[in-house]
Amino acid sequence: MLEIKGLTAKVEDKDILHGIDLTVKAGEVHAIMGPNGSGKSTLARVLAGHPGYEVTGGQVLYQGADLLELAADERARQGVFMAFQYPVEIPGVNNAYFLKAALNAKRKEQGLDELDAIDFMTLVKQEAKRLHMDESMLQRAVNEGFSGGEKKRNEIFHMAVLQPTLAILDETDSGLDIDALRVVSEGVNALRSPDRAFIVVTHYQRLLDYIVPDRVHVLSEGKIVRSGPRDLALELEAKGYGWLEAAPAGARQ
Amino acid sequence: MTTLQAIDWVRAGQAALGTRAPQWLAEHRRDALAAFEAAGFPTTRQEAWRFTNMSPVAATVFALAAPEADDAEAFVQAHELRDSAATAVVLNGCFDETLSSYGALPLGVVVQALAASFDEHDSSARDLATAFDPAGHPFATLNAAFLEDGVHVHVPEGAVLTAPIHVLVVTLPGDGPVMAHPRLVIEAGAQSQATVVVSFVGGGDVPYLCNAVTQVAVGEGAVLELVVDQRESDQAFHVHRLHATCAPAAILHSRSVSLGGQIVRNDLEAVLDGEGAHATLDGVYVADGTQLIDNHTSIDHAVAHCTSHELYKGILAGQARAVFNGRILVREDAQKTDAKQTNRALLLSDDAQVNSNPQLEIFADDVKCTHGAAVGQLDEEALFYLQARGLTPAAARDLLLHAFAGEVLGEITVTELRGVLEESLFSRLARHLA
Repeated sequence: MLEIKGLTAKVEDKDILHGIDLTVKAGEVHAIMGPNGSGKSTLARVLAGHPGYEVTGGQVLYQGADLLELAADERARQGVFMAFQYPVEIPGVNNAYFLKAALNAKRKEQGLDELDAIDFMTLVKQEAKRLHMDESMLQRAVNEGFSGGEKKRNEIFHMAVLQPTLAILDETDSGLDIDALRVVSEGVNALRSPDRAFIVVTHYQRLLDYIVPDRVHVLSEGKIVRSGPRDLALELEAKGYGWLEAAPAGARQ
Repeated sequence: MTTLQAIDWVRAGQAALGTRAPQWLAEHRRDALAAFEAAGFPTTRQEAWRFTNMSPVAATVFALAAPEADDAEAFVQAHELRDSAATAVVLNGCFDETLSSYGALPLGVVVQALAASFDEHDSSARDLATAFDPAGHPFATLNAAFLEDGVHVHVPEGAVLTAPIHVLVVTLPGDGPVMAHPRLVIEAGAQSQATVVVSFVGGGDVPYLCNAVTQVAVGEGAVLELVVDQRESDQAFHVHRLHATCAPAAILHSRSVSLGGQIVRNDLEAVLDGEGAHATLDGVYVADGTQLIDNHTSIDHAVAHCTSHELYKGILAGQARAVFNGRILVREDAQKTDAKQTNRALLLSDDAQVNSNPQLEIFADDVKCTHGAAVGQLDEEALFYLQARGLTPAAARDLLLHAFAGEVLGEITVTELRGVLEESLFSRLARHLA
């Protein structure tokens, strides 16, 4: 589904990604771990098409086509979703109204009929209930005045409604208490399916107790320095990230 | 000098007014004309006009508009509201009985030609018009010098109107530039509730000057929503001074929408001179091309325990310019005043420009007054967030602009008008953002 080859990227003249190679197959969950500043969030934002990041080399194939050719909105309509690390507050824009516009933009691209207001509300109320979300959050302005936990839950709610093909969760666990973490994880697990893939970016192993990954990758200084099965995450939990600095093993350029 | 030439066309316009006026009116005009001639048109050397160059007005020779136009009927039909209690049409400065219509006006509500009210024996409209002091406002002085007609709205004590009264001010020039000086007098009796919509519209291919004065008196405990809908032609010069007084416990909700005109100057003054009165002064404007929209507002907290809430928002594209000057005067006796002013502008191009100036003059010591101004671009992170969920860049931008303008437009209770204004606002923007 996703093939990243030698991806390099910079932001404001600072090189962040120094050659990422990663292959994600349909049905898989990949965890990207690493210390602060290793480039985890940059990778997520580059994949989502954030205009502030400049790709300087390499290739990203999504379902066999060049992902980097597409603008952020085109990627989204073709099934790429990023749950933001810091969801943006948008005063005056109704959460449900926005989500309906987003869903219908995607459906239109897929050649499906747009959902009318009644079908849409039935769908969102069902998803909101599943995520233990207060229905009032639907009628509030997007993320405005939401607590940190509510914002993250709202991201997963958007994901559940938009049903992406490739979902990238950028530190969705940060700022969540254990109950919220459980609810968010259940939301993600409910979406796991053979034709959907997840990239879960996280600093902590804790999230991976709930969302069990197929592969774990450790990012350091803009490169993947280790990949392994789920046990790698447990090893990181035990040892921390200190060993990366001690033995970068040629990871630096 | 252009001023001398301008005085010429002002005098020529005076001659066209005729001599039919009663003595009080003739004297009122004569005094105003003398005051105008002494002061002349404003220049950018005057503080209140620093960013608003009116010399294109002085340099145009305007003839006094004749109260008739071929396409007036179609124009009125295109702009009247379906569900209004009455539509009072002012065509080229004068009330037009034929084009006006009365639907479900409750008993005792007066909506009629101002000239007709002037002729009545006991006329509150006449009292208000003669008491009006245009000193310091050259265009309002000019309006007084041409005082002739307009609309008088009087909502009697205790009346509650469920449908809006629509005052439709139409200016349609013929072959050459014309001027009109309509006067609107709106009185909301004690404990009454009403919505009055004042629309300024115009057409034609030549410039015109619509120089209006609106006098509003909100009675004790009355609630008046006053929507000013300015959609003049691209060629128009629009100058409007609105002066409102609020009696004890009166509530005025003023919502001003400015979308048209090439040079627009609004002076909005609310005087809170009864305890417990409240004024909301909201405004939204869109300026594109080389448009200039200047909103000068002034809230006079004359007595204690009054509140005012002001929010002006602007969207500027192209090489448009805007001015916001928000004066809040809290007089010595106006303790416990609570005044809040916010002014925000979005610049959609590098060439657009806004001059924003809060002007707080506080002479009481136990008051709460806040003000804030922000000028900026659309939030890039918000745009990205919306696009990352699948909205096209244009849809994302429109959603943010809707939200921005919606804070003011959304408060207008006349649903039909709100829809018309939203559409008008976005079709204006679409010209520059396509």
